[in-house]
Amino acid sequence: MTLIRIEDLDISFGKGADRVDAVRDVSFDVTRGESFGLVGESGSGKSTILRALAGLNSDWQGMINYDGEPLASRKKLAFYKKIQMVFQDPFGSLHPRRTVDQTLREPLAIHRMDDRERRILKVLDQVRLGLEFRFRFPHQLSGGQRQRVAIARALILEPETLLLDEPTSALDVSIQAEVLNLLVELRQTLALTFILVSHDLGVIAHMCDRLAVMRQGRILEFADGGVLADGRFHTEYARELFSASQGYSAETMA
Amino acid sequence: MNLPETLLSVRNLSVSFEQRGRRIEAVRGVSFEMGREKLGIVGESGSGKSQTGRAVLGLSEGKVEATRLRFQDLDLLTLGRRIRRDLRGGKIGMVMQDPKFSLNPVMRIGKQLVEALRAHEKVSASTARHRALAALEAVQIDDPERVYRAYPHELSGGMGQRAMIAMMLLPGPDLLIADEPTSALDVTVQQTVLRIMDRLVQERGMGLILISHDLELVATFCDRILVMYAGQIVEMLAADRLHDAEHPYTRGLMSCLPSAATRGRPLPVMSREGVQP
Repeated sequence: MTLIRIEDLDISFGKGADRVDAVRDVSFDVTRGESFGLVGESGSGKSTILRALAGLNSDWQGMINYDGEPLASRKKLAFYKKIQMVFQDPFGSLHPRRTVDQTLREPLAIHRMDDRERRILKVLDQVRLGLEFRFRFPHQLSGGQRQRVAIARALILEPETLLLDEPTSALDVSIQAEVLNLLVELRQTLALTFILVSHDLGVIAHMCDRLAVMRQGRILEFADGGVLADGRFHTEYARELFSASQGYSAETMA
Repeated sequence: MNLPETLLSVRNLSVSFEQRGRRIEAVRGVSFEMGREKLGIVGESGSGKSQTGRAVLGLSEGKVEATRLRFQDLDLLTLGRRIRRDLRGGKIGMVMQDPKFSLNPVMRIGKQLVEALRAHEKVSASTARHRALAALEAVQIDDPERVYRAYPHELSGGMGQRAMIAMMLLPGPDLLIADEPTSALDVTVQQTVLRIMDRLVQERGMGLILISHDLELVATFCDRILVMYAGQIVEMLAADRLHDAEHPYTRGLMSCLPSAATRGRPLPVMSREGVQP
């Protein structure tokens, strides 16, 4: 069953000569429970799509359907509860002067949810953060722990979809492994739908059933897990990305 | 090939910092030697890889101790500050992670290149200009005249990093220390910049120290790898023998990388407590 349907999405910034078409003519579907990847280099428009979906940017053209309903530019509170976002940099996305407890309490207050104490304890357990972290400030946490807080903040509203924008790019590889394991496990136990944005094909290959390769605002091609294993992409650019993800190769290339 | 010449010799290097009366050892007894080769230093944040590079450059803010720290026939431990300064950016070049921060934002690229060259060699203004343009061409910049006139913010990350490499190459260094030179770049641009460095190292017979967190990249780019953990070298091996690595930390670093092959099962997680450097 299709949960998210995007058709002919166009997003641009600026006007006249300064106009930048960040997303052009993008269409894709995501099935409920699927883990869908968007891969591309900086400026390819992948994060811009996520931001539009999350309601952080309401200035777009085209159609976005969520669970059968078109996304209007002004959305209801109930919509935001279903779809939550985790950002790349846990150093920037957490308020430096708020404790973990305060950070987790805020979405509950906004959505007027009760039983706050129990929900906070439950979500800390879900992201494997011990109770000793509950009253700490972000600077008292490591990068991996901060990202767990960011995931907890998204999960506390019990959403059905998580939008993950480079969730492990700022982390060391051993910490990345822990956070990816946590995300896989949460997706299984909570039956979540993921849209994962990354420049790292390895991360996408590990996490996603299907992916779209983006460049300069457009989707170049779709691929499934099998293609990620052998790198048999259709477009030259996607093959180039794939080979770059395998490390350095001295062969000449434009 | 000539006989292997030792370019840099490091023995028992340690770098420590005083913090609120406590001594923090960032580098603990690191020893290695290198010639005109591509040496990779790989490790996670806090492993001491950057501090090792900075100590060789003489840029460490901490206390640097060693039983031996020699570059060619110079003893870096006793060298005067002025000579040390001449060495830096002269015989020993460096490339930092992000050209946005390592280039002067209010000076045109050309002027920065000329300044870097004239700090180390007495050359006329026209020669300097000529050589700066040639250096920009050597890093495969198509329109060197335009880049010469540009300010850093007018260049992309990949272009900025090429300009930075061009600047470092001008005085003809024997050793280039590159600290995460491509981490701020897109993967396809990363390949281009690495190829440029690879070619220059080969053509000019320089030594190169590539400091990086990216094991895959270091293993495919370098001749030899040092793996650092908690301030120490845990393993030293030929890059093409990486898959024979024995130390549990190196093996852990390799196995925790996600890929299509790891799909559907949890990634191995390192238990840090068990790892003894």
